[in-house]
Amino acid sequence: MAGLELLSDQGFRIDGRRSHELRKIQCRLGVFKQADGSAYIEQGNTKVLAAVYGPHEVKGSRAKMLQDKVLVNCQYSMATFSTGERKRRPRGDRKSTEMTMHLKQTFDAAIITNLYPRSQIDIYVEVLQSDGGNYCASVNAATLALIDAGIPLKDYVCACSAGFVNDTPIVDISYLEESGGGPELIVTILPKSEQIVFLEQNSRLHEDNLSKVLDVASKGCKDIYAILDRAVRDHVSKVSNVANTTE
Amino acid sequence: MATVDIRFVGARGKKDNIETVEEIQNLVTPGDIITTDTGFMRGHGTFMENEKLHASVAGVVERVNKLICVKPLKTRYNGEIGDVVIGRIIEVCQRRWKVETHSKLNSVLMLSSVNLPGGELRRRSEEDEKLMRHYLKEGDLISAEVQNIMGDGCLSLHTRSLKYGKLGQGTLLSISPSLIKRRKTHFHNLPCGASIILGNNGYVWISPNVNEETDNTGGYEQNLEPVPNDVRIVVARLRNSILALADHHMIIYDTSIMYAYEASLLFTVKDMLKPEVTSEIIDLIQQRMELEGT
Repeated sequence: MAGLELLSDQGFRIDGRRSHELRKIQCRLGVFKQADGSAYIEQGNTKVLAAVYGPHEVKGSRAKMLQDKVLVNCQYSMATFSTGERKRRPRGDRKSTEMTMHLKQTFDAAIITNLYPRSQIDIYVEVLQSDGGNYCASVNAATLALIDAGIPLKDYVCACSAGFVNDTPIVDISYLEESGGGPELIVTILPKSEQIVFLEQNSRLHEDNLSKVLDVASKGCKDIYAILDRAVRDHVSKVSNVANTTE
Repeated sequence: MATVDIRFVGARGKKDNIETVEEIQNLVTPGDIITTDTGFMRGHGTFMENEKLHASVAGVVERVNKLICVKPLKTRYNGEIGDVVIGRIIEVCQRRWKVETHSKLNSVLMLSSVNLPGGELRRRSEEDEKLMRHYLKEGDLISAEVQNIMGDGCLSLHTRSLKYGKLGQGTLLSISPSLIKRRKTHFHNLPCGASIILGNNGYVWISPNVNEETDNTGGYEQNLEPVPNDVRIVVARLRNSILALADHHMIIYDTSIMYAYEASLLFTVKDMLKPEVTSEIIDLIQQRMELEGT
């Protein structure tokens, strides 16, 4: 780490957080009118929009249609202006394709898919500004959008990343901390049952430290769950209050 | 000279974001445990895991005797037999049409469940099969009733009444199905000079007034005369009124539409699309509803 101190002796990170602190999360549900469900989330400087359409008839080739469960179709794209250096194209590169597949796997596991045979659910995720933890923010935004669309889920799906610096696990790492080349663990869990839906590790991490980092990441997921749940409850209460007063 | 309309950002009215709302009773979110009692039945929006009943959507718990359901705020249209729906023909198949009705799967309209022109009742011949595209072609809008719900949730429609059938000139509007109030009648001839069909699937059709005696022909004779300007203005005003109600999550039925229409007469049709004008109209409606106790 040439000249960049990710964790100071006093226990502060570059952006002034302590090792166990998340970035500030702000979210909104129902941002689009046309989509069946939509959400917007900001995690620090990472900003993500998600839109959900469906369940609807399978579009495109009918060969993709599943007889016993719903087809989950995802699209991950990053706006060309989202990164420091302008991107050439928003989707279709290796990284986005991989991310699309990861999102599909994640939500295939969380949506109760057997309720809607022969139909399709589309999840569109657009990263507007990227500052580390794109996958995590995308999963959290898509969860909110699915809840807004009224699609049955087994549980919330919350994702959080964690790194490991100076023998200390750090939660919710930003772009600067990601690009240092240190170990990174991305965890997606169903917070109530604590089941892991998705786990990815970049760079090397000693086996002895794995459980420590994993614990910190799961703790981060549960903190995120509390914030998302608050947002959903506020949204539902607000909308149904209006509906009740006018009925 | 063209005039430019300039407004402050603050006029868009985001004030309701600041105040905290109090949480409503019996609210659950996905994964919440509703009950650990095994004596209850699992309804929509719930699932059973480890002998516990969990919610799978965000909404209010509804209990009918032993049945527990959770109803989400908005979903795709869930059809029920007898519902009035509005749909668009998207495909002509063998002896049937595929209709898009904002439902989870495309609905079907069988050739045997439409009224043929002339109203004669007979077996559908091969001749009729060849003429299917002549009756209804791709892109046509129809009003219909849900006849049956098939095993996979696909709806089967029928138009065997003269009030249903192909729709002529008018405006289609799509809103959330949960905002439409279920009523005895969904066809309204409003006193302001337009008629309205409130489809249970969230599609609303606004058209110039129809004469019920002569014009109900199942839509095979289309009136293609130009609609006079004043009627168009009424239709546009109704459209914007319904949009305003839907934006503010208000229940939509004939009375609320008429209230919105009358409240909107203070403004021009074009101005009604501005958020600040919309909220002013909604305020007026809410006051009137409280006053009249409806």
